[in-house]
Amino acid sequence: MTISEYFELLFTDYTLGTITLGTAVLGAICGMLGSFAVLRKQSLLGDAISHAALPGIAIAFLITGTKDTNILLLGALVSGLIGTFWIRGMTHKTHLKSDTALGLVLSLFFGFGMLLLTFIQKQPNANQAGLDKYLFGQAATLVKSDVVLMIIVTSICLFVLLLFWKEFKILLFDADYTKTLGFNTKFIDILITFFIVLAIVLGLQTVGVVLMSAMLLAPAAAARQWTNKLSVMIFLAAILGAFAGVFGTAISASQNNLSTGPVIVLVAAVFVTFSFVFSPSRGLLFRQIRFLKNRRDLELKKTLQFMYGIAKTHENISHPHAIRILNNFHGFTRKTLQKLEHNGWIKVSNQQWSLTNEGFIEAENLYNQLLEND
Amino acid sequence: MKDLKIAINVDDLTVAYNYKPVLWDIDLAIPEGVLMAIVGPNGAGKSTLIKAILGIIDPIAGSVSIFGKPYEKQRKLVAYVPQKGSVDWDFPTTAFDVVLMGTYGKLGWIKRPKQAEKKAALEALEKVGMLAFKNRQISQLSGGQQQRIFLARALVQDASIYFMDEPFQGVDATTEIAIINILKNLRKEGKTVVVVHHDLQTVPEYFDWVTFLNVKKIATGPVKDIFNDDNLTKTYGINYKVAVNK
Repeated sequence: MTISEYFELLFTDYTLGTITLGTAVLGAICGMLGSFAVLRKQSLLGDAISHAALPGIAIAFLITGTKDTNILLLGALVSGLIGTFWIRGMTHKTHLKSDTALGLVLSLFFGFGMLLLTFIQKQPNANQAGLDKYLFGQAATLVKSDVVLMIIVTSICLFVLLLFWKEFKILLFDADYTKTLGFNTKFIDILITFFIVLAIVLGLQTVGVVLMSAMLLAPAAAARQWTNKLSVMIFLAAILGAFAGVFGTAISASQNNLSTGPVIVLVAAVFVTFSFVFSPSRGLLFRQIRFLKNRRDLELKKTLQFMYGIAKTHENISHPHAIRILNNFHGFTRKTLQKLEHNGWIKVSNQQWSLTNEGFIEAENLYNQLLEND
Repeated sequence: MKDLKIAINVDDLTVAYNYKPVLWDIDLAIPEGVLMAIVGPNGAGKSTLIKAILGIIDPIAGSVSIFGKPYEKQRKLVAYVPQKGSVDWDFPTTAFDVVLMGTYGKLGWIKRPKQAEKKAALEALEKVGMLAFKNRQISQLSGGQQQRIFLARALVQDASIYFMDEPFQGVDATTEIAIINILKNLRKEGKTVVVVHHDLQTVPEYFDWVTFLNVKKIATGPVKDIFNDDNLTKTYGINYKVAVNK
């Protein structure tokens, strides 16, 4: 199947449609909530939570013996939340920095989860196969009820986000100040964290424990590059997340053996890379271009000022001077000379230059101009 | 001395982060209408004192009352200017938006700022001379401008008491003068202003009330009575020579 065939099949093939809608909704909710994680500098929290969810899946299976997605995800939610509160507790109550707490919880829970998975695999129960799909996710297992659940959770999350928009925004920016205004910051904080855990748990089936944090962070990091407005950033992150889901699914479905989760994450990574390089205001490319242009501009103006200094000593400002006296001036090149002539600030003939009237006025106003542009 | 109405009363306040107390048994009565500096060496607990009064930090013991009532009931009378370095200035928002946050407290949960709040925010921006920068992304403001934005955010709260944590840190002379003029205006309006301050040289010029702090309260009172070598030495542990302008 080629990618174009995929998009033709999208609206006729039920399974494909379900999976695509699922990954799109997942991408959207992850992008939305990932923005919070990124802005709170809690990028690694998502990673820790998703890894912490693994033992919950295993324990839910051991207790119930079923592989019903909702039950397993409920287990994941519980152990993800326990992991989160451990991290919070550790950072609040001990000297440990949050990165240490995150790392500890991540490896501890993940290790325990892996232990349980191998234990389950050794059981003589025929039903046990397939739990390891939660490691890297398997989008193909998404069914309609899974997607409906995703849509419901995303809608609730969106509603809460709009309702508490003001509170979320001020907490993200300045938590201490928010507290002095009389808001219950603990409540807002727990609300945000709870939704992040929920989004992660929803994504485990599709993207898996290991790569889930990329789903949270990549769209948000990409979106941040394009805007300086929080609302736009969150909206954009949701859109980018949804696109990553759809394109990732398309690529993996059209190339038979590619696993969907990693492809989605890679597509999101492409978005991030593109944004880092090409964003007009924060991107590396335009920043470098602006930097070089600025530098050339200043070189040009400094050269003009130097010429002005020389020309001023003569009664006639258009008195010609030898080009070679400029050679000692740092920042002068043949190119600047051409550019100065092109701007009509000087005239060049027979290896001599002379300041024009425009050039003289320009140089005179240079200092004031620099002040104004500041 | 004439009878002064007490704006802020702190009783037995003790704060500890780990084992060592950061603040020990602080009793403090700050009269209404003063412009007060809290001075003391690094680690003396100056910022902690403000944060404990404002409930940002839980004290081990002690209580705070504002105009005779518990602080929790009087929050709307109190505004706070945190240290500039306490937030991430690359946060995606504008100067105007940050100032508007000052209105959130009176709005309460869920309600959004309307025309009245926006107008108040613009007025506060104008007071600190930052109206022209209202749409500027906050990371593109200079340190002094960021400080003014924080000040405007507190002004928009229209409080009776202002707590400020080192508002003069890392600002140039022009901004420092602009800020101190705003603080003096607040005092003129009868507001009480409490400032964590580092520069001892400017204390007599800027403030009329001072508290010396070094884990314990060393002294508190009018600058002209207690800002002397004796208290400076007690607070800083060395013989601190400062020319006190009489």
